[in-house]
Amino acid sequence: MSKKPIDVLVDPVINNNPIALQILGICSALAVTTKMETSLVMALAVMAVTAFSNLAVSAIRSYIPSSIRIIVQMTVIASLVIVVDQFLKAFLFDISKQLSVFVGLIITNCIVMGRAEGFAMKNPAGISFLDGLGNGMGYGFVLLVVAFFRELFGSGSLFGQTILQLDRNGGWYAPNGLLLLPPSAFFIIGIMIWVIRANKPEQIEEA
Amino acid sequence: MPAKDSVPGTILIATLLCVVCSLAVSAAAVALRPYQIANEVLDQQKNILDAAGLPTDEFGKPASQLSKKEIDNLYTWVSEQMVDLDTGEFNNELDPTKFDLVEASTDPTLSIEIVPDPYDPGEDRRPKSMKVYFVRRNGEGPIRQVVLPIYGKGLWGTLYGYLALKSDLETIQGITFYQHKETPGLGGEVDNPAWKEQWNGLKLYNENGEPSAQVAKGPAPETDPYSVDGLSGATITSRGVTALVQYWASDQGYGPFLKKLGAKLKEESTADQTAAASQPDNSTNKVGA
Repeated sequence: MSKKPIDVLVDPVINNNPIALQILGICSALAVTTKMETSLVMALAVMAVTAFSNLAVSAIRSYIPSSIRIIVQMTVIASLVIVVDQFLKAFLFDISKQLSVFVGLIITNCIVMGRAEGFAMKNPAGISFLDGLGNGMGYGFVLLVVAFFRELFGSGSLFGQTILQLDRNGGWYAPNGLLLLPPSAFFIIGIMIWVIRANKPEQIEEA
Repeated sequence: MPAKDSVPGTILIATLLCVVCSLAVSAAAVALRPYQIANEVLDQQKNILDAAGLPTDEFGKPASQLSKKEIDNLYTWVSEQMVDLDTGEFNNELDPTKFDLVEASTDPTLSIEIVPDPYDPGEDRRPKSMKVYFVRRNGEGPIRQVVLPIYGKGLWGTLYGYLALKSDLETIQGITFYQHKETPGLGGEVDNPAWKEQWNGLKLYNENGEPSAQVAKGPAPETDPYSVDGLSGATITSRGVTALVQYWASDQGYGPFLKKLGAKLKEESTADQTAAASQPDNSTNKVGA
């Protein structure tokens, strides 16, 4: 591995985005993106989990017996997710209430597991940490873009601040209810993938 | 140390990993528990106060915008008591601070089965006794509001909330839901302050004493004293809220308690009037009616 640390950190945001290119972690991207605030917290939670699980797995990689390596990774990830969930409940109570089960479901987010197995098992701890952070950022980037459109056009607000006055509160904007339902995230992610691949044709998969 | 891929090595690594991870998890859980409990208590208090409309009355803004100190001060106006729902009497043998709604509504010894007729909140059981909150100005004097915990099924899960009644025990002061799983923007609009505001002043019972407060289908008629606007795109949530409010107001819910309390308040205010200490508040006005 001769990649520079900065590339390891930044590449997953656009060039090798875990959602847009690898199509991983779609489930939670549909569920938590109705609001910017919840998406941001979710993105930070995933960043913390991928970064530290990569760090931990990489640090002990030479001691992990290959027959149980997946379950070892799962144990590390699950423990980290529980700790993150406890932190959210203690310090960001309102948001953790809205995220409800989805913080717990970070355990099943393929990005975390994918990076632990695909990168941290083969690379030193420092660079693995950056890789986890970068992939978390790539995930968070997609989440925030999706949430931007869903919250703005679905609820007329950003971060809970009203931007478009809703007709039900005496304004002019009739919100698009579809954007508040999970399928709309599919459309937005689909359009994002289209835009990214139109600009970076090398990402297009062979038919 | 045994070789990494041998059976003893695998077991050793697995054991070590489990010990380290469980230590980390339990340390976090134990260390953060006090903060989490404080958050939960504060969240409940905010919802109770918001249902009673106190933050808006006293500070002109909802509880979510008040500091912890202001909430604590305001919450001294609230007192708690356990009520036996079947008899409608206070149950002073139970400690209200130990009451846990989820436990009380599932434990067979603490709860009874709900008969889904004529009002069906979509739940299987309800506690025999519930915790009821009384709001008095500065914690003394006549009752300003009574806050009743309520719950029932919406679309995706159970809505847990509070219904606050004015001192006539027939007019709604406010409603809040502190926990629900409704779709944000559709059923989740039960949290919309503009919609919740419509409940203020709604009549809970009609002339025949039947629970009648409801969520209308579409906009509520201006002259209808029993209806609030329906939540658009959330028919099942709207129906669920109607069903749960009417269930808890009925004789199977708080009906017996509210009747007894109403009679008691009437007596007290009559006694007050004969003592020539009449105050122009709702409960004394009721006597003439």
